[in-house]
Amino acid sequence: MTQDNGNSQDVQERIGVYVCHCGTNIAGTVDVQQVAEWAATRLKRRGVVIGRDYKFMCSSLGQELIENDIKELGLTRVVVAACSPHLHEATFRNACQRAGLNPYLCELVSIREQVSWVHTDKVAATVKSQAVVSGGVERVLRHEPLEPLRVPIHPATLVVGGGIAGIQSALEIADAGYRVYLVEREPSIGGHMAQFDKTFPTLDCSACILTPRMVQAGAHPNITLLTYSEVEKVDGYVGNFVVTIRKKARKINEELCTGCGICQEKCPVKIIDDVYEAGLGYRKIVYTPFPQAVPKFPVMDVENCTYFKKGTCKACEKFCPTNAIDFNQQDEVFSVEVGNIVLATGYDLFDARRVTNYGYGRLPNVFTSLEFERLSNAAGPTNGSIVLRDGKTVPKAVGIIHCVGSRDRNFNNYCSTICCMQGLKFAHLVHERTGATVYNFYIDMRTAYKAYDEFYQRVLEEGTLFVRGKVAEVTDVPRIKDEEGHLIIQCEDTLAGKQRRIPVDMVILSIGLQPRADAKETAKKFGLSCSADGWFIEKHPKLDPVATMTEGVYIAGCAQGPKDIPSSVAQGAAAAARVLGKIQQREMALEPVRASINQDQCSGCRICNNLCPFNAILFHDDRMVSEINPALCQGCGTCVAACPAGAISGTAFSNEQIMAQIEGLMLLNVGEEITL
Amino acid sequence: MSKYLLYPGCSMETSARAYYDSLKAISGPVGLELEEIEDWNCCGATEYLGISLTPAYALISRNLALAAQQNHGKRAVVAPCSACYLNLAKADYYMREQPTLATHVNQALAAGGLSYTPGSLAIRHLLDVLIYDIGLDTIKSKVVRPLTGLRVAPYLGCMVPRPDYEKRWSDHEHPVELDLLLKALGAEVIDFPLKTHCCGGHMTQIGPETAFELIRRLIVSAEAHEADIMTTVCPMCQMNLDAYQGEANRYFGSAFKMPIVFFTQLMGVAFGLDPKDLGFGLELTSARKAMSRVGVETPEPPTSAPRPRKDSSLPMPKPLPTKADLAEKVEAAK
Amino acid sequence: MLSHSGRTRLECFFLKKEDAMEIAPESQAPPSPIPKLIEDLTLLDEVSNRTAGVSRLEMCIQCGTCGGSCPSAADMDHTPRMLFAMIRAGMRKDALMSNTPWICVSCYHCVVRCPQNVHIADVMYTLKGMAIEAKLYRDSTAPDFSQTFVDMVEEYGRSFEFGLATRHYLKHFPLRLPSMAPMGFGMLTRQRMSMTPRRIKGIDQLKTILKKAKEVEAVHE
Repeated sequence: MTQDNGNSQDVQERIGVYVCHCGTNIAGTVDVQQVAEWAATRLKRRGVVIGRDYKFMCSSLGQELIENDIKELGLTRVVVAACSPHLHEATFRNACQRAGLNPYLCELVSIREQVSWVHTDKVAATVKSQAVVSGGVERVLRHEPLEPLRVPIHPATLVVGGGIAGIQSALEIADAGYRVYLVEREPSIGGHMAQFDKTFPTLDCSACILTPRMVQAGAHPNITLLTYSEVEKVDGYVGNFVVTIRKKARKINEELCTGCGICQEKCPVKIIDDVYEAGLGYRKIVYTPFPQAVPKFPVMDVENCTYFKKGTCKACEKFCPTNAIDFNQQDEVFSVEVGNIVLATGYDLFDARRVTNYGYGRLPNVFTSLEFERLSNAAGPTNGSIVLRDGKTVPKAVGIIHCVGSRDRNFNNYCSTICCMQGLKFAHLVHERTGATVYNFYIDMRTAYKAYDEFYQRVLEEGTLFVRGKVAEVTDVPRIKDEEGHLIIQCEDTLAGKQRRIPVDMVILSIGLQPRADAKETAKKFGLSCSADGWFIEKHPKLDPVATMTEGVYIAGCAQGPKDIPSSVAQGAAAAARVLGKIQQREMALEPVRASINQDQCSGCRICNNLCPFNAILFHDDRMVSEINPALCQGCGTCVAACPAGAISGTAFSNEQIMAQIEGLMLLNVGEEITL
Repeated sequence: MSKYLLYPGCSMETSARAYYDSLKAISGPVGLELEEIEDWNCCGATEYLGISLTPAYALISRNLALAAQQNHGKRAVVAPCSACYLNLAKADYYMREQPTLATHVNQALAAGGLSYTPGSLAIRHLLDVLIYDIGLDTIKSKVVRPLTGLRVAPYLGCMVPRPDYEKRWSDHEHPVELDLLLKALGAEVIDFPLKTHCCGGHMTQIGPETAFELIRRLIVSAEAHEADIMTTVCPMCQMNLDAYQGEANRYFGSAFKMPIVFFTQLMGVAFGLDPKDLGFGLELTSARKAMSRVGVETPEPPTSAPRPRKDSSLPMPKPLPTKADLAEKVEAAK
Repeated sequence: MLSHSGRTRLECFFLKKEDAMEIAPESQAPPSPIPKLIEDLTLLDEVSNRTAGVSRLEMCIQCGTCGGSCPSAADMDHTPRMLFAMIRAGMRKDALMSNTPWICVSCYHCVVRCPQNVHIADVMYTLKGMAIEAKLYRDSTAPDFSQTFVDMVEEYGRSFEFGLATRHYLKHFPLRLPSMAPMGFGMLTRQRMSMTPRRIKGIDQLKTILKKAKEVEAVHE
């Protein structure tokens, strides 16, 4: 460590340079002492008054070094050469702030990820580190003190998706005393959980544990339930979102409807219910999806309604005792103001028709998991009888196939988490209800969470026959007499080492989960991104699974990735906690690192408008210039690079600062080229 | 006229002469112009690949190189034989996927004064060209003697729909292309569940017991669906199911009499051409009885009315939407 | 090397003692009392490198779809999946002596269904070639057939079924020849089989190409 006596003549600033060893992570490849000395001597005329090296700068003692120097040496700028800013930028900024220096006058340059971790030549690495530090010094000279932006937080919250995760979120926020708008696309809340029969591993009846929550959500004074509705547009920024919602016309006047159900009874047209009954059952045109629906109001399926197609019928209107049918009802479009948004839009199921070798859609007695749930459900199309597609025969042998459409590069290349437990659950239910012989075909048995392996043991005890082998084919073509009249599952029993053909009566495909078909559009609407597999991307996969890169928008449940019910509930609660934390604070400090447009230079070409991944740029039609909303801007720099007029600059990444950093990197500031 | 380079394959001139004759006969009517690749050599079938890698692909690629030279602005090579088709397509695909293979093969070709740039030719199967280039409408328009009342089992075999690297076929397991073609000819197509199951390939010569079992499964299934005749696209499949049917009968003590002809032969009959020009009579398991059903006046085919749904039975899921025009054609052809 | 170029037409038909591919002496040797390491962990890489395209053999999760799909699995010593496990375990001799690749009918069911996109059928071809090279197989029927086919093609540029069938049956199924007569007769009278081979014009060009290809292969093995 060397010290200057305050004789720098070239610049007014007083810069402290701190080089971290990071144990041997940096010091093993870079001569950190050398770099610190070099900075103190060679960059003295650029304002460096002190250069230190230390084992772990991020430790309390390391931070104290900086704080003391600021106080005692009157430092006006700080450069820390250590790890990536992603990790400790906040640490050093806070240290500066504690010592009374504006945190944005501190610059962290990476000599770990960008030098010691990618080079092996010590000499070259040390020289490169010097260059990197030099670049940091030049840049920080052009930094300006910045204050974070403070925005107020509106206390209302929007929860999109009325499944179990969304309901959990909504209830927790509402219980804390704040308003929630719960928007659900289907006529009733409940989500997929409302379709199941029993849930693993406790074998709780799904509706029995769900409906109390549904009722609570429906009746809660702080929850505005907006079912059969969709979000059309999201404007604004964290704390101040303006959301446009379309409430689709149910054709039922909710003020007058008592939920008596006569319209449903009297409707003469029945069609296949593709949504709730998974295509196994029927519903009327005017219908509630299931008896425990919340809210109780039915909905009219305008596309298939006789009145809307031909102008006749109107039976529902005739019989409605309270005159609640309104054929002329229109969609309502309105806006709400909210401070935070929770996206809990759930999942779609893998389309089993795509796996043609399993015969779903061609062989009648091949069922999907959801179809089986409906069969098994006492309120389902067969009143809980597990029967074949003819509606009456009880199967004597059932095969349950795991990993359908999951862990498969031909379809979805990830594990859907719940299908092993689902398969075990089906095995148990089939045993219980029919006494049939049950086979489960699996590759690996994934029963990871609490009480899951116990459930596996139970299913083993019940005499389920497990075959380790991914099923190759389900066929109805017999080769021997015993196979006639059956479905044959052909697979390799990998543990026995032989190909087997097992005759069964019924096949259940444990299909995987997929992101919603319109997940990409939804993500765009809310300013999120989707991963390669299509799930919404969280802020950090390990440490921040419910926040997103867009401030104020949170994700919960299967929208973030396949998971079981307890995990969905936990995420819903976590998102609620984050939202409540924000609401509590009343206002929020936003990072002042953001772009701004010099409107004198803006030519109104609007190239930047569509490039912004955060929809932060608006265009003023009257003045023909663009403007950046500082609260939405995340400082990514895309518009700065794109502007052909160079009219956009960023605080903390202005053109000037970047050019200076480059010059510093090339050691032009000390008048020498880099040589080795 | 649609122009293509033709790679006939060794079987076309001998064991699959019926295929060759019928192909020549129907090309004119449908507007298919085929120019044979000059001095093509054997593709090696499934044998050469089992000896060594570079020589096997060099053997195949000589044909690709010659075809590319003979291109005259035509880009596509048509191979009627499934194994030839797969070999040519695989060679092109693997040379693209693995540049070192392309380098080695080209080194070998260079010794003979040839070279081939992977990806410069499109390798198509005959059925693919007929359905997607010529089109079912054209084919239908040439039908003068619809095969009404003839129950046909479409047997596509394994090497055409799989591995299908260029994604030309509707499905790997139950593709509809051959079904659609036969429907366009007016035949009654059975829903043959084993349409892409293996006939045994060269196992009839090497491990006959294995092959006979595979042959037996196919014929039993066709008979169970009351097919009059099977039809195929591959010379090996035709030979195994036709020529070796007698052997299979001896092995199992069965009495199968299931004729199997090439689909081009059926096309020719539907187009009103003379069966003798189409290679009929060359098969070992006689097709005479089956074809007699077409030469006579047949009653209205039983239209399969939708079976009345019993109230208790549960609805089936709808079929997966394949390419939109395929679905429409299925409906139109019904 | 394995080529038999330079032989006359007649020589191709008649059997020669050196044609018979005997099982290598070392595999017939009595077992040594001293245990040896049987794993050869270079086997996986070798098989992978010699396979066309990118084999992805290391991606196998042993799910068993291939073994389940195979129409001829019942006749195999080991299912395809098992064979891959053996290859990854470096069991060179056991893997190459297995009859599995010879029973493979190249139907590609396994390839299209494999969840890890392993080029299974092409690995089978590689194993055939390696087995022939190492002379490790129990039953020489299939290797002989392939070799005879290859001899014909290298001589004429086209396959010659009559010659192939005759030589093959004479050597391996002589007792079946009489019962095959009706079929053979049927094929001949319908002119679906020719008694004389056809030769391509560019046979010398082909021979040059194949010779070079074998040299290239030898260098890069």
